[in-house]
Amino acid sequence: MELKKYSKSLFFGATLAVLAGCGGNAATQEQTEGTTAANDNQQVAVAPTVTSDGATGSGTDSDSAVSGQQLGADTQAAMQDDMNQKMAAMPDVGTIYFDFDQSSIRADSREVLDLHVAYLRANPMAKVTLEGHADERGTREYNMALGLRRGNAVKSYFQVQGVSASQIEVTSYGEERPAVIGHNQSAWSKNRRVEINY
Amino acid sequence: MRLSRWIKAAAILLLFSYQQAGADLTIEITQGNDRATPVAIVPFAWSGEGVLTEDIAQIVSDDLERSGLLKPLSRTEMLSLPSKKAEVFFRDWSLLKQEYLLIGQVSQKTPAGPLSIRYELYDVVRQERVLGEIISGTSKELRSRAHYISDQVFEHLTGLAGAFSTRIAYITARRDELKQTKYELKISDADGRREKTILESYEPVLSPSWSPDAQYLAYVSFETGRPGIYLQNVFTGKRRQLTAFKGLNGAPSWSPDGSKLAVVLSKDGNPEIYSINLTTYKITRLTNHYGIDTEPDWSPDGKKMIFTSSRSGGPQIYELDLATGETQRLTFEGSYNARARYSPNGSEIYFVHQNEGIFHIAAQDLNGNRLRILTQTPLDESPSVSPNGSMLIYATQEGLRGYLGAVSVDGQVQYRLPSQLGDVREPAWSPFLNK
Repeated sequence: MELKKYSKSLFFGATLAVLAGCGGNAATQEQTEGTTAANDNQQVAVAPTVTSDGATGSGTDSDSAVSGQQLGADTQAAMQDDMNQKMAAMPDVGTIYFDFDQSSIRADSREVLDLHVAYLRANPMAKVTLEGHADERGTREYNMALGLRRGNAVKSYFQVQGVSASQIEVTSYGEERPAVIGHNQSAWSKNRRVEINY
Repeated sequence: MRLSRWIKAAAILLLFSYQQAGADLTIEITQGNDRATPVAIVPFAWSGEGVLTEDIAQIVSDDLERSGLLKPLSRTEMLSLPSKKAEVFFRDWSLLKQEYLLIGQVSQKTPAGPLSIRYELYDVVRQERVLGEIISGTSKELRSRAHYISDQVFEHLTGLAGAFSTRIAYITARRDELKQTKYELKISDADGRREKTILESYEPVLSPSWSPDAQYLAYVSFETGRPGIYLQNVFTGKRRQLTAFKGLNGAPSWSPDGSKLAVVLSKDGNPEIYSINLTTYKITRLTNHYGIDTEPDWSPDGKKMIFTSSRSGGPQIYELDLATGETQRLTFEGSYNARARYSPNGSEIYFVHQNEGIFHIAAQDLNGNRLRILTQTPLDESPSVSPNGSMLIYATQEGLRGYLGAVSVDGQVQYRLPSQLGDVREPAWSPFLNK
């Protein structure tokens, strides 16, 4: 498995500023080695959970029968029941998939997402990271942006259903971290995904 | 300019030795040009003790052949190996159908002393010298001196500035025994030799972009677990993190005067392009659309910017006028056009174009707007143009491996730089080094 056990926040709480402060380089980090080893993130190995590389995902393509309609009253009511059971269990499935160059939520993902909504609403202290990914086709930075948009789409889905924005963080790895290696439709369909990590 | 402060720090660079990778890239020419000018490049004579570490004539010959515009004669066909005019029999070279002849000599008066390199270019038909010079250097500088000679000869014979003394930056990714992917940011000469690793990480590294003075690279690294934009001096290795915003920190691109860096941030929710002033660190937002806006590149005059946007659905190339704020769509052919780069004179753009599910490198003239496809391999990415505007280097795939290919902007000449290990990607051709 890839080295992704960095902890959720490191020192990143307040990041809305360019690190290289104004005018001087007081706040910059400089290193004078030619070959700069940049993998000291291993020290923070207390990640709560990292799902496997998407291999457990269900919804491969169109084998699911969930309707593509907006969340109906039935679903709402069912969710309420879940809520009433308190402490909905953390969902088993942590990955949902997307179509090529698309960031809209597929109908076959809704069931899984609703389980996460229930869990997050029942556990308002729980934090979730939505990690967007793209397949290898197309350009790297466009895919980086596409991965972010996929994460944002899941975030919106969660928020509309009452999950607090403060529980959600969106990141993107673009095409840099494929779940499956390969230049074929089957690999690509597994790589266009959002991993829902607690 | 504030970056000059770093340049002073470069004084220590002589004390500093880079990791020298054993597995250099080597060139393989896959397609040449029939109309290339024949030129004979004779092995340079050596007058000194011991053996020279580099074969200057071979380096020059490889450089010129790679351009596709010149066709060096094979050594085995040479009837004599002159190193000065008195030894040249023009009739022989004329019989071999050579138009030009390059001869020269390297001499060293005292062991470990400086080398003196004389080169002379002759017009075979007119039987006269058209170019010649004596330059000096150390044995470590022989490759650089050879590329310099290539630049002079190329410019004289084609009228185009030579770009053989430039460098390329690229990323390699390799899965190690533990199935961890190791990313390395590397720099080599334009011919793939003298490769150096300047950054290693087990988290993704991408999007290297040269500063206009060819001293720095801006790139994206996930080394903290999140993306950040970093600036690194390629000579000293000194670097610093420039951005650490929440969400995306990507696609850095230097303005032609080096004073600003265009970047992509999602701090306001959606991927948008911003410009960071590298003196004041003031950030200016340049795009504002609910679609994706990314992959900025400044026009050579700094007045415009091209970028990829999904505002019409799929990715297409747009041009932003920085003075008026007006945006114009440039590409209309095909459903996927992305990551465009301007030609050095600003008359053309090069980008990734999807045609029937296959990703090629394409060019489009900004006046006529005609699109032409330059490469035939699938999954071609990241075109980067040489500073003289004659060649593009790009990333492509064969099997599960990525390698770098180069193609002339007219599509006539192609060569590849195979990688020994792992996946090579995202080549970035440096600007001219001494401008």
